[in-house]
Amino acid sequence: MTDLTKLTIAKAREGLKKKEFSAPELVEAYAAKMAENRKLNAYVCETTEQALEQAKASQEKINHGEGGDLEGIPLGIKDLFCTKGIPTTACSNILKGFVPPYESTVTTHLLAAGANFLGKLNLDEFAMGGSNETSAFGPVVNPWSKDVPLVPGGSSGGSAAAVAANMCAAATGTDTGGSIRQPSAFCGVTGIKPTYGRCSRWGIIAFASSLDQAGPIAKDVRDCAIMLKTMAGYDAKDSTSAQKEVPDFEKVLGLDVKGMRIGIPKEYRVDGLDKEVAAYWDKAAEMLKEHGAEVVEVSLPHTKYALATYYIIAPAEASSNLARYDGLRYGNRVDGVHLDDMYINSRSAGFGKEVKRRIMIGTYVLSAGYYDAYYLKAQKVRRLIRDDFIKAFEKCDLILTPTAPTAAFPIGDKSMQENPITMWLNDIFTVSVSLAGLPAMSLPIGLNQQGLPLGMQLVGRAFDEESIFKAAYCLEKDVNFVGVK
Amino acid sequence: MAIDTETVRKIAFLSRLRVDDDKVQATEDEFNKILGWVDQLQEVDTQNVAPLVSVNENYLQMREDEVTDGNMPEEILANAPMKEYGYFAVPKVVE
Amino acid sequence: MSGMIINGKTGDWEVICGLEIHCQIISKSKIFSGASTHYGSDVNENVSFIDAGMPGMLPVLNKECVRQAIKTGLGLNAKINKYSEFSRKNYFYADLPQGYQITQFQYPLVGEGFVKIDLEDGSSKNIGIERIHIEQDAGKSIHDISPTKSFIDLNRAGVGLMEIVTKPDFRSPEEAGAFLRKLRSIVRYLGTCDGNMDEGSMRCDVNVSVRKVGETEFRTRNEMKNVNSVKFVMQAIEYEARRHVETYENGGTIVQETRQFDPLKGVTKVMRKKEFAHDYRYFPEPDLLPLVLDDAFIDDVKSEMVELPDAKKERFVHELGLTPYDASVLCEARETAEWFEKAAKGHDAKKVANWMMGDFFAMLNEKKISLEESPISPENLGKLVELVTSNVINGKTAKDVFVLMAETGKAPDVIVEEKGLKQVTDTAAIEKIIDEVIAANPGNVAAYKGGKVALMGWFVGQVMKASQGKANPGVVNQILRNKLA
Repeated sequence: MTDLTKLTIAKAREGLKKKEFSAPELVEAYAAKMAENRKLNAYVCETTEQALEQAKASQEKINHGEGGDLEGIPLGIKDLFCTKGIPTTACSNILKGFVPPYESTVTTHLLAAGANFLGKLNLDEFAMGGSNETSAFGPVVNPWSKDVPLVPGGSSGGSAAAVAANMCAAATGTDTGGSIRQPSAFCGVTGIKPTYGRCSRWGIIAFASSLDQAGPIAKDVRDCAIMLKTMAGYDAKDSTSAQKEVPDFEKVLGLDVKGMRIGIPKEYRVDGLDKEVAAYWDKAAEMLKEHGAEVVEVSLPHTKYALATYYIIAPAEASSNLARYDGLRYGNRVDGVHLDDMYINSRSAGFGKEVKRRIMIGTYVLSAGYYDAYYLKAQKVRRLIRDDFIKAFEKCDLILTPTAPTAAFPIGDKSMQENPITMWLNDIFTVSVSLAGLPAMSLPIGLNQQGLPLGMQLVGRAFDEESIFKAAYCLEKDVNFVGVK
Repeated sequence: MAIDTETVRKIAFLSRLRVDDDKVQATEDEFNKILGWVDQLQEVDTQNVAPLVSVNENYLQMREDEVTDGNMPEEILANAPMKEYGYFAVPKVVE
Repeated sequence: MSGMIINGKTGDWEVICGLEIHCQIISKSKIFSGASTHYGSDVNENVSFIDAGMPGMLPVLNKECVRQAIKTGLGLNAKINKYSEFSRKNYFYADLPQGYQITQFQYPLVGEGFVKIDLEDGSSKNIGIERIHIEQDAGKSIHDISPTKSFIDLNRAGVGLMEIVTKPDFRSPEEAGAFLRKLRSIVRYLGTCDGNMDEGSMRCDVNVSVRKVGETEFRTRNEMKNVNSVKFVMQAIEYEARRHVETYENGGTIVQETRQFDPLKGVTKVMRKKEFAHDYRYFPEPDLLPLVLDDAFIDDVKSEMVELPDAKKERFVHELGLTPYDASVLCEARETAEWFEKAAKGHDAKKVANWMMGDFFAMLNEKKISLEESPISPENLGKLVELVTSNVINGKTAKDVFVLMAETGKAPDVIVEEKGLKQVTDTAAIEKIIDEVIAANPGNVAAYKGGKVALMGWFVGQVMKASQGKANPGVVNQILRNKLA
């Protein structure tokens, strides 16, 4: 029998429908794979028994010819999504033991579509990090690692690693500055951050509210389309969610890209860009050209300021969003004589180093006397960055860039540990897109000489995920990427 | 804009985070490194540029005034580290 | 001129004062959640996950709170801003679950306006309104149950507040008192706040400074938080102003600080100084988009506006002929004014007003009951007045009927009928009584005719007595004059 865990959602759905295997069998196959790969540390909480129960219910529906779009499909959930009755920690000690009495909107959609949840996936603490090393549960190991353990990227490192290692059919992720796309690239899987407002943020633990966006990480482009269709949609409980119809993204797969204009931003050819990355970038453009697309150079002049802008805005919002973790109503409390002592004790013990760093930076840039110079300035530059994209999209329909400047790096890399800015530079190709609120997908483009996957990023206009899916599907067919092992 | 030790302590207190005495200097240095790096924004001409508060193009939706929530004190208190008589409990607040 | 001048050793000082009033908005549900605003529920009963600041929860604005604030703004002759924004005010406190308060900072919903206040000397003055913004209330900390712990009830957390900020236009405690009474009257008329300072649904922060008469700059001010009655506000201003003058004249300086008014001792004292001053780090609330209102929305609120006390008073004076004093007493509370209007409908309004201000209010006082509990309905009071003006009963009988009405709740015409109190207007019957009185008192007749005209009153009295009070005094008077001429 074939390894059920290698099936895409599309294939698994077909198999379930044709009764080639059952939903409980599918869950059991994944449970075995999760056990086998436990050393990767992708899951921080396994709920396979519950998934099995869900699978039995799914099978009942399938037997009756009923069920939703994801009926019987086993998924992994990033531990940033609140799941009712299941511990949700954001991989932070401050939320150890927290069991939400509510279910996030996105996971509610997935459950309603028939998905079975295998467990909660590791991430950088409060999604703050690009390597999954800031997790209170320890780092995730990239399944592509050879001699030295490599990072899976972050913050959705557990999600990308779990999909790459076939520990779930697909996973949810969230992306604030690249947290879906960069780990997807590092782990050789496909992930899309939709337009800001496409998915409800209700019930997702907030990092930076004006940037956070949920999206899927999956085995291929089609699975991303299937997942996103279910995850997305207007939610009256999230005032920033968009009142837009959710298209059937799957329908555009296979449509040709003839005449589509692909923009190559000249500012992304940064000094010291990895030669292999640059070569794959050219190759990807070439492939799209062969499909009849037109490749044009575009300019995003404020690109070089995107990282600094992001590292003001995101920590500022985070410093406020994380103020609620005070040990009073939930989570970890370390007592003190006075209220302020309790706050300081609880928060100092509960938050890790990177989170503390960002809270303090954020507090500083919002404080009296510095607001104008930092936060307000960053918001103005953010507008310039967004306007760059608007102008560029007058000349093109999609923008093609590498997802990250390098492939996955080793866990515990010295230069990254010593200088936070070195780590932050990883986000260089992804943050501008986040600041502009645009949709972007990362898909594998090939392996470098060390045999590690590299990813390409396709960026679309606001709410035009369909163009991304169309072009990504063309590229995917040409690349014919083969997953790990 | 370089920051000093006193600012580090103030920011730590505003954040309700402890920075031990032997870490203050290192924190100050790190802050100055990061702030020095983000200072590159000062070279961008933002005269006549309005701050971008939200990438959403639409405006705020409002809900009708109906009681649709609440009446679940057990769930509200379920995760509380300390609770008494239906209240959340904390160390005495000193005014 | 109602300004308060303090005659110091070094000259005359004037008092400068501004107020910030927090008014709890009357609405069924909270400003950002669907939990009830009901006062007096069980502990933590009216709390949603949003109010408790649970992870991933998001605010959704209550339309009614916006309408109520606009209504209040219109009542204070203020500009309604079609564009406003929400901001976060960041600080840690046990009853502030999110670690920030959602409020409005740079762009409030309501802009400048004014309130006309009437002073005891008959003069009036306009007090400028700086702005009104809407925000969420905090929960309640209870300190007196345990010696070592504080307890938190979040029922109030998230109830909508309007913060009304005045310009520093008050020059005396009396003006501030008149303003607060006027404001309370207006919000109660509008039904936007119940205005109970002792229950905390209206709370007042007082800013006070002094300056030498003739100075044009403001000196340093002090703020007193949460002063909870009109009387205490007036006392606090007076105390604080005198303290400032004394401090300056003794060579001291006033530092900007937050103080607390102690109503028992009648003094203000400085609140505990924090290690570091507050730094609220306001920034735009990323979970809420800008609030943009169109004319239709504002017009709809306008269409629901009720007649406010000033306009009503004006109408009572000019259309109904009331004295300004009577009109302002009747108009202070909307219920009283409406009761009066019901009573006066179709009758002599001035006479109805006299009855209300006299016997009616005295009766309520004596019975210690409210207007709603009155045994006399407005319609019946109107009828009573009508019985007098149409000569069915005379004024003296009316007083007796009124007492019976208060005792029995019966209609005046019923009482008059039952007791046979209809006055005698039959000239023949009255003439007969008069003739008897004249015949029985020849001495007084002679004295009257000899020039003691003051005896006329005595004759009238005798006739009335003989008629058991039912004779029409006017008719009696006329016939007597003829007979005695």
